[in-house]
Amino acid sequence: MNSIVMRENINTMIEHSDFAPENSIISAKNVDVFYGEKQALFNMNLDVVENSVTALIGPSGCGKSTLLRCFNRMNDVIPICHVEGSITLGGQDIHASNVDVVSLRQKVGMVFQKPNPFPKSIYDNIAYGPRIHGMTTSKAELDEVVEKSLKRAGLWDEVKDRLDKLGTGLSGGQQQRLCIARAIAVQPKVILMDEPCSALDPIATATVEELIDELRERFTIIIVTHSMQQAARVSMHTAFFHLGNLVEYGATSDIFTAPKDERTQNYITGRIG
Amino acid sequence: MQQRNSQTINVTRNATGQKTREILVLALLLVCSLVAVLTTIGIVASLAFEAFRFFQEVSLFDFLFGLEWSPQTALRSDQVGSSGSFGAIPLITGTLLISAIAMAIATPLGLLSAIYLAEYASDGARSVIKPLLELLAGIPTVVYGFFAALVIAPMLRNSGENVGLVISSESALAAGLTMGIMIVPLVSSLSDDVINAVPQSLRDASYALGSTQAETIKQVVLPAAIPGIAGSLLLAASRAIGETMIVVMAAGLAANLTANPFEAVTTVTVQIVTLLTGDQEFDSAKTLSAFALGLLLFIITLCMNVAALKIVDRYKE
Repeated sequence: MNSIVMRENINTMIEHSDFAPENSIISAKNVDVFYGEKQALFNMNLDVVENSVTALIGPSGCGKSTLLRCFNRMNDVIPICHVEGSITLGGQDIHASNVDVVSLRQKVGMVFQKPNPFPKSIYDNIAYGPRIHGMTTSKAELDEVVEKSLKRAGLWDEVKDRLDKLGTGLSGGQQQRLCIARAIAVQPKVILMDEPCSALDPIATATVEELIDELRERFTIIIVTHSMQQAARVSMHTAFFHLGNLVEYGATSDIFTAPKDERTQNYITGRIG
Repeated sequence: MQQRNSQTINVTRNATGQKTREILVLALLLVCSLVAVLTTIGIVASLAFEAFRFFQEVSLFDFLFGLEWSPQTALRSDQVGSSGSFGAIPLITGTLLISAIAMAIATPLGLLSAIYLAEYASDGARSVIKPLLELLAGIPTVVYGFFAALVIAPMLRNSGENVGLVISSESALAAGLTMGIMIVPLVSSLSDDVINAVPQSLRDASYALGSTQAETIKQVVLPAAIPGIAGSLLLAASRAIGETMIVVMAAGLAANLTANPFEAVTTVTVQIVTLLTGDQEFDSAKTLSAFALGLLLFIITLCMNVAALKIVDRYKE
């Protein structure tokens, strides 16, 4: 695993595997998730560090996407899905009765596996969130939000002359960055990314990974990925899931160089999964 | 080696038999589809031919732009007082008036029930409501017709009397209302399919940005479904324009040039029926005018269907 490029500054951060960081923004405690009768996640405990990139890895069906969708309560959309346990965002229980799922999702944005821009103009794609949340009072202010979001997503120079063209007419990589810009536009604290590069070619993937690295300064990013190289490249912390259990969680460098659990070892060396 | 050779020969023989069967089946299929095509061509040709005979007696301009419809030509040369005027405008306005009333009923009812079925209804509710709505489409139009004539029309006339409105017992409103109910399932069923075809990923994207369900439907789902919905409305309108039984029984025969829904109007289809029922001779302008009307109706609905299919097709891509 030495060939994998590692971030330099993280080796010293955390030494133990029962990883319980102080500066956590999202905290899952004893979370169980069921799809109908079938349990998808078992007694999950996970603290996500603020302003960092956390990767969730593991074989298909291990529950990593399910956990991701718990954080912005996207599982509410699935009628048979049922979540138990507590998940807090900045100390507040996101399942509490006084929590508005609309404001929760404004604070916890999401980028999906397949780029899904609305069949609207590039401008309207970005302006969609700020408009429904009434975040801007004038056209000039909205223009500014659109420009800033596209700049942060590294897409501005490519699309500034055709903001009125359809977002669906962009290339796959551009579409995904458009979706990231759309998520940024509502000023979230956390951005959830569900395999954001799995539908992209290597060059577009590299662009999106660079973008994730830049976004880390302002946002907390949780990324589900099937690519262990990607997890190693972009994340500070990595959680390995297997069959609905969190097997190991810690600094990315530790997970990839000195995994404590045999299952993690087998997965990252390609023996299972 | 020996075995492989004999196998090859067998394969060839089978293939020949197969080939003949395939040609036969192909020919059968071709003939079957040709029957439909030839029939269509025949109908169009006879319409065009008879309409041409009509236009030798009445000018095309008078037919298309004449304001009076009174097709009482003399059956015998010595008959009096029946010069006949063949202006199709009152029939077209009557048809459009009734269709407009029908669409005004069917568009909101059909569209809103489609939105309910596709976005809000639980599986249980959907499994009851959708078949019931489609049952509406299975009611014979003649049943709708006497429902309109015997229930709706008297009801409208009586309630009109109560508030001081004069509604004739055969009114455009009664026919339009009933026809509107009849085409609700057409609109709702097609729109439901179109709304369901909007990818879930778009809804997810909208929810993930913190939209409510209503915002998602209004701003993402419906705009994405609009072309398909427009197609379904055009198909419904073309069905309304061509509908016959309801208007024959409920709308009346008087060719009034009016936009008042409380008055009796007549439609292109009703006039065709009355012109051609009973003993007729097919040599007078009166009977031949039915073919001209038929051709006109055919062209209108054909254009609408083509436009609708074009829109729906573009949406599918």
